[in-house]
Amino acid sequence: MTGEEIFADTIARDQRVEPRDWMPDGYRQTLIRQIAQHAHSEIIGMQPEGEWITRAPSLRRKAILLAKVQDEAGHGLYLYSAAETLGADRGDLTQRLIEGRQKYSSIFNYPTLSFADVGVIGWLVDGAAICNQVPLCRSSFGPYARAMIRICKEESFHQRQGYELLMTMMGGTPEQRDMVQDAVDRWWWPSLMMFGPPDADSPNSARSMAWKIKRHSNDELRQRFVDMSVPQAEALGVTLPDPELRWNAEREHYDFGTPDWSELQRVITGDGPLNRQRIARRRQADSDGAWVREAAAAYAEKQRSAGNGSGR
Amino acid sequence: MAFDDAYGALTDHDDDARWAYGTGFTDPLAGVPSGLPDGVDRADLTAYCLMLGDDALVMSHRLQQWVTRAPELEDELALANIGLDLLGQARLLLTRAGEAEGAGRDEDALAYGRDPGEFRNVRLAERADADFAHLMARLLVFATWRLALFDRLAGSSDQMLAAIAAKGVKELTYHRDYAAQWVVRLGDGTALSHERMAAAVTAVLPLVEELFQPHEVELRLTAAGVAVDPAALRPEFDAVLTQVLAAATIEAGPVRAVAAGTGRGGEHTEALTEILAELQQLARAVPGGSW
Amino acid sequence: MSDGIRHEWPLFEVFVRAKRGLNHVHVGSLRAADHGMALQHARDLYTRRNEGVSIWVVRSDDVVASDPDDKAAYFEPSADKVYRHPTYYAIPESVPHI
Repeated sequence: MTGEEIFADTIARDQRVEPRDWMPDGYRQTLIRQIAQHAHSEIIGMQPEGEWITRAPSLRRKAILLAKVQDEAGHGLYLYSAAETLGADRGDLTQRLIEGRQKYSSIFNYPTLSFADVGVIGWLVDGAAICNQVPLCRSSFGPYARAMIRICKEESFHQRQGYELLMTMMGGTPEQRDMVQDAVDRWWWPSLMMFGPPDADSPNSARSMAWKIKRHSNDELRQRFVDMSVPQAEALGVTLPDPELRWNAEREHYDFGTPDWSELQRVITGDGPLNRQRIARRRQADSDGAWVREAAAAYAEKQRSAGNGSGR
Repeated sequence: MAFDDAYGALTDHDDDARWAYGTGFTDPLAGVPSGLPDGVDRADLTAYCLMLGDDALVMSHRLQQWVTRAPELEDELALANIGLDLLGQARLLLTRAGEAEGAGRDEDALAYGRDPGEFRNVRLAERADADFAHLMARLLVFATWRLALFDRLAGSSDQMLAAIAAKGVKELTYHRDYAAQWVVRLGDGTALSHERMAAAVTAVLPLVEELFQPHEVELRLTAAGVAVDPAALRPEFDAVLTQVLAAATIEAGPVRAVAAGTGRGGEHTEALTEILAELQQLARAVPGGSW
Repeated sequence: MSDGIRHEWPLFEVFVRAKRGLNHVHVGSLRAADHGMALQHARDLYTRRNEGVSIWVVRSDDVVASDPDDKAAYFEPSADKVYRHPTYYAIPESVPHI
């Protein structure tokens, strides 16, 4: 069989493609783009919650949040790792991010205005991310699928800690309950948009599904997320800000309103509330750290040439 | 794979050992008696636990401020780990302080409810870091000193303090190693990094003297077999620091200690006021809030 | 950066032994300036949850891998060596411990 036939056969038999296997160039490029965007999202996603670590109102919440934001750095690294098996270079991907040539999830361009946002990000944003990510554990590209398994496993606490925080706050003062409802009002629609544009406007989706990089369509995942979230909102005692939201007995799914797709488009193209700040922070860290990275490389090189093995 | 439940969906991978996934966790203080040792002054023990707890809480806060700003992503994880370790130490020590005090204050009441003058941390912990070299210099000094202290504190007659210290020794050994490696790399890296590392050492050394000045509470509790006299830690500290700075090709010039009181006595710099403003702002803004 | 080029640290592959008695397994990769840093980074990145008791790090460019195109020549010849498998041998049920 030719490489191309082996590839087609591997996909057809639902087996994993591995880095050194032959693969179509489009498959490689699509994966690099998708995995890099996913990695960038983890890294930029540290910022909205990271803002609250130093201000967390209890030491327990502080530890939870620090561990969670740290996980996001780790998940970014797992994903950059997977992208590098395809021949991409992390430095180059970072450059593309800070030059605005590669995207990250638009959700992270919204501000975190109160500590309730930390809870709502865990519940809704991580909940939506889990809906997206669980099927990716079966993505056709081996290193991506394996990274996703590890990530999903570790993230299982992220959504729960968010929901638990919200439950605790709902049992607190009236002011705290208002904070939770306000955060839900602000994050609900952006969370729905995390699944991407409607299937009809998502031209690349079909190809990604054929290659089994993606396993479910945007609309299918969005529906699942709504169906999962409604009873959780009821248990919490908050209202989801959608007057059209109601159970449809015939479809056995919730009907829901249409997100403001023009807003999503504007946020994607750079006019979200915090696009510039998010990228600026990442760029600043990268450039502030340049002399440190150079020094470590120079030191390792000195050790090598001095015959100290490989810098051990 | 199940789809409706994200957690259930993961259970068809039941070969965790093969994947080298994490396992559960253990409570480091399980089974440790929490009673106070005989003949120990409650107020002294409370003050001592606050000293060690505040050191960790304030140093952890400075590390938290580095989140999303580390020089490389791998170091994001390392700094967060160190910050989490110290936060963990702070929580255990503040909890112990509350138990010793016996007035019903828990870790949060002590962390969020005290004003700067009531904090007992050394001033080294509160200092802001101008760059990564400053952070590494400060962490090296902090971890070397604290490791020497905890190493001895593991033999405290307060079994709870002894257990907290024994746990901390493992953590601090790693912190010291991490910082030492960076001080050496930066000191013996490029001309620029050498200059910055040397400047950082020069800036941090004046805060060293204070670490070894015993407070009267420390002396009384040392006599009671509970605490460690910080003055006794100096030889070990000097030996480690001399070795690391030599490997880093950094010569420490003459050092003049910072004057005007000690953090142990509640005398601090404006840096602590800034830290507490950030740390306590939200908790104080919502009185009676549940988090 | 001064010369406009990113000075990348080399890539390392990380292997973790989950507990005594098991093989080290590949868990992913990371970047580090040298082996010492790679070990520290591996500890921080891949053992945050009690994952291991031992770590190996190997420079990625030191790994020599078989070519997938050689898969047939490398691996299929062993497929018909049925006599290497215990089930190939018929032993009466009545014989114990074999």
